[in-house]
Parts: sequence; C-alpha cells; structure tokens
Amino acid sequence: MGLFSRGSFSTIIQKIFGKRHARIGIYGPPNVGKTTLANRILRDWTGDIMGSASEIPHETRVAKCKKNVKVENGKSSLLMDIIDTPGIATKVDFKEFMNTYGLSREEAKRRAKEATEGVIESIRWLEDVDGVLLVMDSTQDPFTQVNVTILGNLEARNLPVLVAANKIDMDDSSPATLKSAFPQHPVIPISALTGYNSENLYTTMVKQFGRKRRKKRR
Amino acid sequence: MTKNDKGISVNLISRQKLEELSSNEKLDFILKEVQKGKVLVLEQGLTSMEQTNLIEHTMREIEQDTFIGIEMEGYNEDKPTFLQKFLGKMKKPRMTVIGPADLLKTIRKDNNMIQTKIIPGKRS
Repeated sequence: MGLFSRGSFSTIIQKIFGKRHARIGIYGPPNVGKTTLANRILRDWTGDIMGSASEIPHETRVAKCKKNVKVENGKSSLLMDIIDTPGIATKVDFKEFMNTYGLSREEAKRRAKEATEGVIESIRWLEDVDGVLLVMDSTQDPFTQVNVTILGNLEARNLPVLVAANKIDMDDSSPATLKSAFPQHPVIPISALTGYNSENLYTTMVKQFGRKRRKKRR
Repeated sequence: MTKNDKGISVNLISRQKLEELSSNEKLDFILKEVQKGKVLVLEQGLTSMEQTNLIEHTMREIEQDTFIGIEMEGYNEDKPTFLQKFLGKMKKPRMTVIGPADLLKTIRKDNNMIQTKIIPGKRS
C-alpha cells in the first residue's frame, strides 16, 4: 500500500474542491414523474421509497425529505438529502379532478386546496436547497412557463441544475427537443419508471451537485 | 368589465408604469387586474424571481369557484454579456402576457412566438 489508501486521493481532492453533502430538490410541474424518480433513486441507493405516485396531478402535496442518501460514482460519492417537492403550477382547478379523474366534488376541492399549499411549500424550499433536479416530461412542449420560470429562478440563485428528461420510454418522447431548448444545462434522458439510463443520471448528479458554488441569497 | 357580453379587456401596460412600481406593488397590481378578468400584456415583463413570487401570491388568492389561477407566458431576460455585467447593466425581462387561467389559454410557445387564445365562454 502506498502513502494513500485506495480512493483516499480522490477523497482529499473532493474535500478541498467539492461538496460532501448536498440538499437536492426534485422540482417540476405536476405529473412529470418527480415522485417516481425520487422512488427510483431511493430504491437504487437505500432500498426505500419516497411516496406514492399517481396519474392524477398533484398527488404529492407536501414535500417529503429523505436524508443521507449516498450516491456513488466510481471512487467519488455524494451524500444527499433528497426532497421530493409538490408540482409547481400557475393554476389549480378542482373541476379538472372531477371531470377528468372522477373525484367527488368534496375530494376534488380538498385536493385543490392542498395542491395550492403544496406549490407555496415548493417555492419556499428553493431557499434551502443546494441544487435542483428539474424533471421535465419529454413527451411535452419544454417551453412551459413553469419550466422557464423555475429555470430562471435557479439561474438567478446560481444553483446547480440538472434536467431529467423523463418518460423516454413513451413512443412520443423527444429528449432531443429538451436538450436543444435548454442548452445551458445538462439534460439527461431517463425513464424513472423503467430505470433506463439512471446510471448516467447518478454519475451526472455526483459531478453536478458535488461542485462547490456560491449560492446567491434572495 | 369582463364577465358580460361587452367583451374582455386586453390591456397593454407600459414599461414606464411598471417601472414606477416596486416589485410587490407590481405583483399586487397584476393580480388584482387579472382577478377582475382582465388580460394584461406587459411591455416589460417580470423577472424570474418576480414570476415565482407571482405564482406564490396567486396560490394564496385561489378561490375554487371564482379564481383558479393565472396563465402567464413570456420570455425571460437575456443573459447579460461580460461587458454588460462589468458595467453593471442587467438586461430587462421581455414582454409577458398574463390573464385568468379560465380565460386565457396558451396554444404554443417557442423562441419566436407566444400564441394564446381567449376563451370567453368559460366565464359565462
């Protein structure tokens, strides 16, 4: 054995230049697969899950946090607190829950009320995260105002962002459109449902979120 | 006027008017007008931080039978060049359209055009 044991050199470098522990928010509009992705990450690295996913929008209405999730990339690794946030939207219509998803009026109203509170909570969490995994639906138009607003907000805060172009297992997905829409950020095509390309996502997460950056406070 | 058959107001708000207002005053003004059923076209749009604050304010104001939120589309400010940063000149956000979500519907948006429709029947 030499002066340094295996992996210790990269550990020293990481100590000097990079983060060891980061709080990462999973953000995005409703129904893009944030909780499915959170479950995928946790299942792969802790054997646990974050919460239930549903086809009805605003299934996650309270932010959930899983602490000390160690994601490894070869000899380097990053300890993360993963926060699964409620979907951010500019509107919440209880009638949509009734007419499209068959919820009762009472259920739909309660869900809508909780969803509005969830959006506020998500926005509040932006103050306390070190980086964001922004989930977008690669079957949808990428230029939605919510995507553009969140990205602009993160850029203003100088927070590292990684775009997960989700749902590439769907026939009509177009991750290339997402890549060309946001060339200033790394975009990783994935399927949170099947796990496709998750290794690439984890490698990029460790690199992207492990860097030291000076966060701008607002 | 907004909800009757006289039509829907579409108001172009000048850059001068918006510059007179503080960030909070601007958001209050926009939200009040939109809650009245008006569609606003801002000559100088909101910054990303202001847009996020507007979303938060909107969520607090949602009344399930009368106001379901907003539709907002615009282009973010361009990235300042190195020289502009050096001189402390930040680029301003560009034109933005904002309206009640039950009236204004975005059809398509790309780098060149924002296409919206006003659907008055939804408020009748």
